[in-house]
Amino acid sequence: MNAACAPPSGVDYRVKLGEEFEQNLSSRNRSASIWQLIFLAATIVCVVALLTLLIKIVNDAFGTVAYQNEIDPETLLRSVGASADTTLADLPKEALAEIFQANVSAGLFRRYNTEKPFEERTQEEVLALVNERVVQPKIVKTWGLFESLLNRGAIEAQTAAIPNATLEFRSWVSAEFLANPQSPEPETAGARTAIRGSLLAILVTFLVSFPIGVGAAIYLEEYAADNRLNRLIQANVNNLAGVPSIIYGMLGLAIFVRLLEPVTSGVAFGAVGGGETSQNGRTILSAALTLSLLVLPLIIINAQEAIRAVPRSLRQASFGLGATRWQTVWNHVLPYAIPGILTGTILAISRAVGETAPLIVIGASTFITVDPSGPFSKFTTLPIQIYQWTSRPQDEFRNLAAAAILVLLVLLLTLNAAAIIMRNRFSQRRVS
Amino acid sequence: MSRRARPGETIIQGFLLFCGAVSILTTLGIVLVLVQQSTLFFGSGELDLGEFFSGTEWQPAIGKFGIWPLFMATLVTSFVGMLVALPLGLCVAIYLSEYASPRARGILKPVLEVLAGIPTVVYGYFALLFITPLLRSVFGANIVQIYNMASAGIAIGILIIPLIASMSEDALSAVPRSLREGAYGLGATKLEVAVRVVVPAALSGIAAAVIVATSRAVGETMVVAIAAGAGPNLTLNPFEAAETITGHIVRISGGDLSYDSIDYNSIFALALFLFVITFVLNIISRAVVRRFREVYE
Repeated sequence: MNAACAPPSGVDYRVKLGEEFEQNLSSRNRSASIWQLIFLAATIVCVVALLTLLIKIVNDAFGTVAYQNEIDPETLLRSVGASADTTLADLPKEALAEIFQANVSAGLFRRYNTEKPFEERTQEEVLALVNERVVQPKIVKTWGLFESLLNRGAIEAQTAAIPNATLEFRSWVSAEFLANPQSPEPETAGARTAIRGSLLAILVTFLVSFPIGVGAAIYLEEYAADNRLNRLIQANVNNLAGVPSIIYGMLGLAIFVRLLEPVTSGVAFGAVGGGETSQNGRTILSAALTLSLLVLPLIIINAQEAIRAVPRSLRQASFGLGATRWQTVWNHVLPYAIPGILTGTILAISRAVGETAPLIVIGASTFITVDPSGPFSKFTTLPIQIYQWTSRPQDEFRNLAAAAILVLLVLLLTLNAAAIIMRNRFSQRRVS
Repeated sequence: MSRRARPGETIIQGFLLFCGAVSILTTLGIVLVLVQQSTLFFGSGELDLGEFFSGTEWQPAIGKFGIWPLFMATLVTSFVGMLVALPLGLCVAIYLSEYASPRARGILKPVLEVLAGIPTVVYGYFALLFITPLLRSVFGANIVQIYNMASAGIAIGILIIPLIASMSEDALSAVPRSLREGAYGLGATKLEVAVRVVVPAALSGIAAAVIVATSRAVGETMVVAIAAGAGPNLTLNPFEAAETITGHIVRISGGDLSYDSIDYNSIFALALFLFVITFVLNIISRAVVRRFREVYE
């Protein structure tokens, strides 16, 4: 720059300027390519973050666990005089029953015997009882998937220090995990109650929010004149989409759980308070209504976009044939817009599937073992279960949480895939 | 030809208007509920408004309700989150809009959508069980507590990157081609076109994205409830545990809460405070877009 500002006399400074331009150009090009790398790196960081998140969850959902038995099976085998190379499963029913009787209190044995006499139980049933009550395998330590695969030696060395411990590879996501109800024992805990709670809550949410959301979108796009009230509604919908979800939880707590308790608890409809109904407002219905309010703005905005994409000519042709406004909407606008509306609705609903905070605020039960049976049941959902398991300090509950996260992600993926398939299917039909 | 009365049409229109009104009722409901319960709280005689906004201790057990410890934690986690999300999100937006080939964009946009679609409770899990151990191994376990605001903040950052990136990318893509071509014609490099021409032209949209993201970070709940720790703590050190406003609401309402107790009413006062903050932020972002949008032919 100096050369350009104060050219020494007698020098053709245009040449100098040319040189400087060259120099500048190379440095400009250099910074351009450096920044291009930085932009690319930032993008890669995001992709890596996503991958890390997924890998972390898979890593925690599978892996090696060390079981420690309360009483070693070998001791039991010796006590009935069986040879050491047999296992408990090889023993006849009578021997197992004998082991059971010898190792539990007399009262407990009598209770099981009156429940169902041991003579009538099958070998498998008695074996399961012996495992559950006598051997009592407890998970004492768990390792992630990658450690299990790559560092087997270290795991075995650590296990050697624990008496009576056996190693086993365990997939935390399993048929039992999906089929078992919640339990305080991580060995047998499952997510069935949570999965059913989630599905039921989502179903009711869809039934409530879909008609209202589409109705509001139709009103705003097809009916509303451009007056103050309708502008207010539109601005309001946009603002509601930005309200934190926990605020909806507070609204649900005050209105649905407390104020409308007779309705949401089902008392007004004569629902009887059994094991699974809660007799207060903390029910599936309250949760679904809260979630409906939460996703309504999203459904409305998405449906509005879909309706706006319907060509004007379609409506005009319909009006020209003498159709009323509603006939036009029902026969022409909606069929054209429905794929977009459904896709938008499913995406909005999948947001509700993952919502946790508002449901905790309205008081979903964190520990129930009875399946929800209807809108007036108390309930828990998958995200709440994940939150609760994550908050426990023991590793094995974190493994359970990772398994539940996988289930949740698969559920979300299914919903999104359904949305995409539906969109493609409908748009193909329109072309043909 | 006289107009035939069509009661069906009127009923349907009435129903549709009702659907539209539900959103207004929701807003009214939120405001009414929060204000009414907060009035009970402030009217309980245990404290006054000044104490609420200036107090540095939040201990309901001894009747101290000062919002600063909770608010400060919210500020720290949101700040850390924005520190992560702002540069990354903007770089991603610029890369997607100015540099990426259509194929790369076809891969990257779904990745961002997946990031945006993962439930926040999963980010909480990730913060507590991955980011925290990572921070502890980098900075030392005696400096970084098991529950800390930094890891929650970083997770919040990752969570709002897609929001900033996609909103900013929309704004950048909306800048007309002619502006870019004009700059290239004057001999600008790709970087100069992006940073000195396109970004300034899209600044209102980017600013709106940042404000919306801030409001999202302030209202984020599950990540802080899991990873930031329980118990109010007035500190600026992100490696310490401290409870945010949202985290406190979740913890208090997760326990057995009796209606109309001071605890119950206090979380409504906190929620009102939170609602006002996010509402104001959202309104500002809308105003920014309206006011400073560059309109091109």
